[in-house]
Amino acid sequence: MTKETRIDRRFAKLKREGRKGLVTFITAGDPDLETSKKLLLGLPKAGADVIELGMPFSDPMADGPAIQASSLRALKAGQKMRDTLAMVAEFRKQDDDTPIVLMGYYNPIYVYPNAQFITDAVAAGVDGLIVVDLPPEADDELCVPATAAGLNFIRLTTPTTDSKRLPAVLSNTSGFLYYVSITGITGTAAPDVNNVQKHVQRIKAATTLPVAVGFGVKTPDQAKALGQVADAVVVGSALVGALEKSLDSDGRSTSKTVPAVLDLVGSLAAALRAA
Amino acid sequence: MATSSDKSKDAKLNTFRGGPDERGHFGIFGGRFVAETLMPLILDLEKAYNEAKADPAFKAQLDYLNTYYSGRPSPLYFAERLTEHLGGAKIYLKRDELNHTGSHKINNCLGQILLAKRMGKTRIIAETGAGQHGVAVATVCARFGLPCEIFMGATDVQRQKPNVARMHMLKAKVNPVTSGAGTLKDAMNEALRDWVTNVHDTYYIIGTAAGPHPYPELVRDFQSIIGKEVREQMQAAEGRLPDTLVACIGGGSNAIGLFHPFLDDESVKIYGVEAGGHGIDVENGHAASMTGGRPGVLHGNRTYLLQDAEGQILEGHSISAGLDYPGVGPEHSWLRDTGRVTYVPATDKEALDAFQLCAQLEGIIPALEPAHALAFVTKLAPTLPKDNLLVMNMCGRGDKDVFAVAGYLGMDI
Ligand SMILES: Cc1ncc(COP(=O)(O)O)c(C=O)c1O
Repeated sequence: MTKETRIDRRFAKLKREGRKGLVTFITAGDPDLETSKKLLLGLPKAGADVIELGMPFSDPMADGPAIQASSLRALKAGQKMRDTLAMVAEFRKQDDDTPIVLMGYYNPIYVYPNAQFITDAVAAGVDGLIVVDLPPEADDELCVPATAAGLNFIRLTTPTTDSKRLPAVLSNTSGFLYYVSITGITGTAAPDVNNVQKHVQRIKAATTLPVAVGFGVKTPDQAKALGQVADAVVVGSALVGALEKSLDSDGRSTSKTVPAVLDLVGSLAAALRAA
Repeated sequence: MATSSDKSKDAKLNTFRGGPDERGHFGIFGGRFVAETLMPLILDLEKAYNEAKADPAFKAQLDYLNTYYSGRPSPLYFAERLTEHLGGAKIYLKRDELNHTGSHKINNCLGQILLAKRMGKTRIIAETGAGQHGVAVATVCARFGLPCEIFMGATDVQRQKPNVARMHMLKAKVNPVTSGAGTLKDAMNEALRDWVTNVHDTYYIIGTAAGPHPYPELVRDFQSIIGKEVREQMQAAEGRLPDTLVACIGGGSNAIGLFHPFLDDESVKIYGVEAGGHGIDVENGHAASMTGGRPGVLHGNRTYLLQDAEGQILEGHSISAGLDYPGVGPEHSWLRDTGRVTYVPATDKEALDAFQLCAQLEGIIPALEPAHALAFVTKLAPTLPKDNLLVMNMCGRGDKDVFAVAGYLGMDI
């Protein structure tokens, strides 16, 4: 298809090494730009194989309380889309291998607007996009031009995506496929591994793309169990939840904030490597 | 995108009543911007609605409920004293506030509960602002024996207490929403979150002509009974079409219901009145998305939105909980851009004045929402000739607002 991306290379490497990937989600600018930059830079060494960087939005309709709060903290701290892209550019100066996927909702991209966003994202060193509220029916708006510009467009597939609909979801998807392990919002129910396995097998029968599983994964044990049935495991709410707990009573970052998140990443990565 | 806006110009040559297209677009507006979990369900809903539309039994059942349960048709009433007072256009009020439950919201709820039953759904959820939609949903759920949960911003729970009590009496569970400013937009986010979690058995009755396709279309169709009745009633009263239509705009359901049957009648001038709050120049101080916002994507559709330069959604403000929403139905956005309908703001203060005028001259206590429409009528009517037939949609009664308005007016109750 298109030219190989950092995401393709990373999943090929994981395969060669015979291990499952850890995909970590944090929100850009949470709890403030400086702390967020430190977190981002620290993620690869702590054990993240792929980084999802949230673009904060005022109305995160598909997210549970932890990511909602994270998004609002970032906005309150003044995070702008330009800052998010600049964070990626700065990260790229030090790390040219770890893939970064920007994840969020459509409106902040739409008003940027789309064409400029794609140009700036590519220039910053972004590798892929996940736009929660942009289904395949709207591919002509962002997915097709972004893919043409060399970005992977990663789609969510869910327990409600039946075999009839799966081809629509897979069309134009690249990089990897994100299987949402529960019907619901991020960070709520715990996924049922047997159920996830059935769905992942069905998806694997229809595509050669790697499959990452996420929504609701909180503990190293869960990550380890899910790692046995997928190519990668996504953890988000648990990380921003750990971040939230490390803040002082005014919601500001403390000396514990960066280690709180990176230590959890470390134990998740260790569990996956032991799988 | 340039091609889509060309399309809306083309539509002007033919009809204003042809939308949406098969992907749910009105020009560049509308569409289906939802998370993948909801897509299969929304496609099912579209199919179920298309089947229902073609089924005479569905229409017969809805007609029956509209007549015997809601009390339709609602009267088209000549407001003689208001007309005299304003000294211009001949003012008619479409009395949708006389419907069962006190507003136009029941028109939509009866249609959607029948759809939910057809689809075999066993649990109903809804968002509400003023509580009128919540009450209407709780009512049809009681009538059809389905459990329901209503999401309502915590701020709105405070300012619309009588409706909260009504919902409780109807056995609905009311979930106060504290995220954001605790108003309608936040309630809608929370309803969407519930829906993605419970898609297997849950039907979401959206309360206005907004959201992902096919909601804007089906809500409009169920509300269009308002305009269809006005056509017949005006013919009977005056032997011709009205000249001017005025309705308030929250998400735009009562307005599109009145407007839609007249969109292709060129002689009919149409005005939608948005919530001007503290004034359209006050940053984040109003809820006039078409007069003071820009196109964006929220809650499943592309439409005019109140938002900052970064695309973050603003809360907006209106004295009226039912108009306090940063978006608007996509068909209105399209009607605005094509120029077919003129959208204007009315401020909190103007609405309060109109509220009192209506109560004192006509003995009708309006809801604060249609008081906004009336506020514009008080400016427009005097500029029109006496033979201009003006219809304003009196889409809700003011019982729910009595405490809040008494507070604003400094009355002791
Ligand atoms: C009486 C009344 N009118 C109008 C509205 C605004 O909604 P819409 O613009 O969809 O008619 C509401 C909403 O709660 C309402 O209660």
